[in-house]
Amino acid sequence: MKLLASLLFLFGLLTPTQALTADGAKLYAQNCAACHGEHGSGGIGVPLALPAFHALSSEDYLRKTIRHGRPGRVMPAFVALSNADVDAIVAHIGSWNPGPFASYPTTRIDGNADNGSKLFQKHCASCHGANGEGGKGTGVTLSRPREQAIVAPALHNAGFLASASDHRIKAILMKGVAGTPMQSFLKKGLEEKDIDDLVAFVRGFEKSPLAGNGAGQPAADPVIVVESPYDFKTTIDNLKRAAETNNFVFIREQALDEGIVKPGQENPRQHIVYVCNFGLLAQALNTDPRVGLFLPCRFTIIEQGGKVKMMASNPKRLSQIFNNSELDEMCDKLTKMYQTIMDDATL
Amino acid sequence: MKPLRYLAAWLAASLLALAPAAQADQMLLIRSGQDFEGAMLTLQNAITAQGYTLARVQRVDIGLEGRGYKTDKYRVVFYGKAAEMAALADKHPQLMPFLPLNIAIFAEGDQTLLSTNRPSVLGEFFPNSELKPVFERWEKDLLEILEKVRQAQ
Repeated sequence: MKLLASLLFLFGLLTPTQALTADGAKLYAQNCAACHGEHGSGGIGVPLALPAFHALSSEDYLRKTIRHGRPGRVMPAFVALSNADVDAIVAHIGSWNPGPFASYPTTRIDGNADNGSKLFQKHCASCHGANGEGGKGTGVTLSRPREQAIVAPALHNAGFLASASDHRIKAILMKGVAGTPMQSFLKKGLEEKDIDDLVAFVRGFEKSPLAGNGAGQPAADPVIVVESPYDFKTTIDNLKRAAETNNFVFIREQALDEGIVKPGQENPRQHIVYVCNFGLLAQALNTDPRVGLFLPCRFTIIEQGGKVKMMASNPKRLSQIFNNSELDEMCDKLTKMYQTIMDDATL
Repeated sequence: MKPLRYLAAWLAASLLALAPAAQADQMLLIRSGQDFEGAMLTLQNAITAQGYTLARVQRVDIGLEGRGYKTDKYRVVFYGKAAEMAALADKHPQLMPFLPLNIAIFAEGDQTLLSTNRPSVLGEFFPNSELKPVFERWEKDLLEILEKVRQAQ
């Protein structure tokens, strides 16, 4: 596609913008469509094709959003894309609606942040959270009603603050975003000065970054390992019993290489035990449908060099790669449960 | 701009720099235009075409529905290579909780999403020069598998 676009461009059959969007379509499909929908209709991510989103977003905002992502809010920082790739994706997003993107000055807006704080609690906190942490739920996939177009964005978020200029925030407050629950606060009775105060308050979030996503903490070990004083079979029996005692249901036991080697050739000293707390699984899938990576829960039991070990991938460590702060607490809890089950199995 | 405003702007920029950064794209998530059954078949064919053996499919949705939870179709596909798994399990037992490799596949309306981690993440978990080329090969293979599913009509 890239070569074809380049050739057409060389022969004057494509304008530079058309050549850019041709690449952008492919890059968008590879990097963005899974969350934002094939044609920008939204899903896990915001509906980028919404005319109001187009009218209120600048190219600079989109470029910075792609680069910075949204820490703790699923959207990753796409650091591996080249500047040309990012430009092409932005051009492709721009092709869904007529007219150019918005353009905003980069100057700061002066306002009374104290008054902005009061206004925020009164008008914004119910959707954006008391601390501007954003609405709950990852996206329409499994985690919220499909008819809901958008989850209220996190404003107290380093990625958002690095991407959105004061004037973009002000424009959204003044005009609202048609097609989403965000309304014009001018129409709701605020004056322009109040809106400037709100902008100053939101900008003030930069002074107190929210913790989360494991920031500043040493990375946890990727694997939880507990050595068992018992033989292989007894350890597995103990583990199943300990899981059930801790409100997990035993699902199945299999050799690690079952299905991969020919039947009868499995290694008898490497087994996997699957257990599940279905309430927790449903909650985790509702929070982030990608958790199938490590759920339902599994323990690997091996006998090597005369020692029997129980092992599990550490949810606390894995949660860091999901970039979803809503998962962190759940994964911490799960790590403690794993540890308890394995400790109980060695009693 | 007055000196105090410079200072305030510098302080704000410094605090922002200290704020948590979004993880780079360590998870892979792709959308297939095929329905769930079609995408599942394409995925299984792409895995075997890439030289892996399909170990099993975990039917997560069946378990959840059986206990009264509402869910879309949701499965986890496990795959691997016999000789490679045996060698890795023997020499690097700490890798075993991450084997066989897996891909979660779930329905979203009449389309399908597939999700897994980039195998290069395992390189961060287990920094080992011997394992690095293995993770790189897994990542190359995985990207080819996912691209086949993404492009299938």
